Amino acid sequence: MFKNMYNWIDERLDITPMWRDVADHEVPEHVNPAHHFSAFVYCFGGLTFFITVIQILSGMFLTMYYTPDIINAYASVDYLQHKVAFGVIVRGMHHWGASLVIVMMFLHTLRVFFTGSYKAPREMNWVVGMLIFFVMLGLGFTGYLLPWDNKAYFATQVGIKIAASVPFIGQYIATLMQGGEIVGAQTLTRFFAIHVFFLPGVLLALLAGHFFMIRKQGISGPL
Amino acid sequence: MSDHNKHNEEQHGKKPGTKREMSRRQFLSYTLGGAGGFMAAGMMIPMLRFAVDPVLKPKAASDWIKVVEESKITNVPQSFTFQVHQVDGWYESDAELVAWISKDSSGKMFALNPTCKHLGCTVNWNDNPAYKDQYFCPCHGAHYTQDGKNLAVAPKPLDEYTLKVENGFVYVGQLHANTRV
Repeated sequence: MFKNMYNWIDERLDITPMWRDVADHEVPEHVNPAHHFSAFVYCFGGLTFFITVIQILSGMFLTMYYTPDIINAYASVDYLQHKVAFGVIVRGMHHWGASLVIVMMFLHTLRVFFTGSYKAPREMNWVVGMLIFFVMLGLGFTGYLLPWDNKAYFATQVGIKIAASVPFIGQYIATLMQGGEIVGAQTLTRFFAIHVFFLPGVLLALLAGHFFMIRKQGISGPL
Repeated sequence: MSDHNKHNEEQHGKKPGTKREMSRRQFLSYTLGGAGGFMAAGMMIPMLRFAVDPVLKPKAASDWIKVVEESKITNVPQSFTFQVHQVDGWYESDAELVAWISKDSSGKMFALNPTCKHLGCTVNWNDNPAYKDQYFCPCHGAHYTQDGKNLAVAPKPLDEYTLKVENGFVYVGQLHANTRV
């Protein structure tokens, strides 16, 4: 049945060449764990992306219950975690995935570094990868505030104080991040907007560039 | 597609390449697709169950709420407000609800909910000179008799509260479909 549906669409839109172009490419022997088990280190980039997909999906579902408001944020997180079916799992996926994505990204960066894969002609991809790294850190920082518990509040307090220690413009940065003079109502809505709209948008654009470049340039050769 | 499995058992041991035997590629795509689908389901099912939870939550039954002294009720409908404790996810409040209570010709008391059965606006008793001694809805002109019978626009009669009288006080309970018309 699926084959018939696929064929029906394919006859009209000729989609086969499109996905072939994306998905059908040789995996060189030196990056295939079936040939050399140590090649599993080449999986870290893909795993980072896989966890990113989980983060996006679980985050979308969490916003069905979460409310970015200082009175209700904690209560809504408490509700979705303890009263909604599978809430503890969906929030758990987002919570643990957030740490795991940083770990995987770090391992991926180490692999790229130690195989020298950042060298010409792939310098731009390294730079884009670094930008992704900082966007991920930003997502971690902004997401940390959202449950609006003590840990979230003081972690953000500390983070903003660190940002405020920048010479000359530190105070302006702090005010901009807080959306005011204190970590409060406006900080929470601001962090929420950055966490669910701005940074994911930037992240997807950067990922598109990252993937486009790796397909164009191919995986770097064996050591 | 699925009959490949059957034929594979019958033709086990035959040399590969015959048309009806499952190819290595096909076997691998089934196993990988099955394993991948299983993992994707393990990921998606908790999230979908999480999202549909409001549909599957049991409905809370409402308690009896004291509204007004029995002696205040007349043959003409009057509106009475009462408070119900409402739990809406993480937000709890005491919502103010309205019941229109009156006696019928046999002296039996009944309480109607003023939510219009057309599209949910609020009806009022004797609000429009054109529909005297009727409930009238300002939104689309639905109107109802004193019993809540729908005369125009609305598809159903006004909902009714269960009602009891105890120690001289009127109590209202669960909201249900009108039983008077």
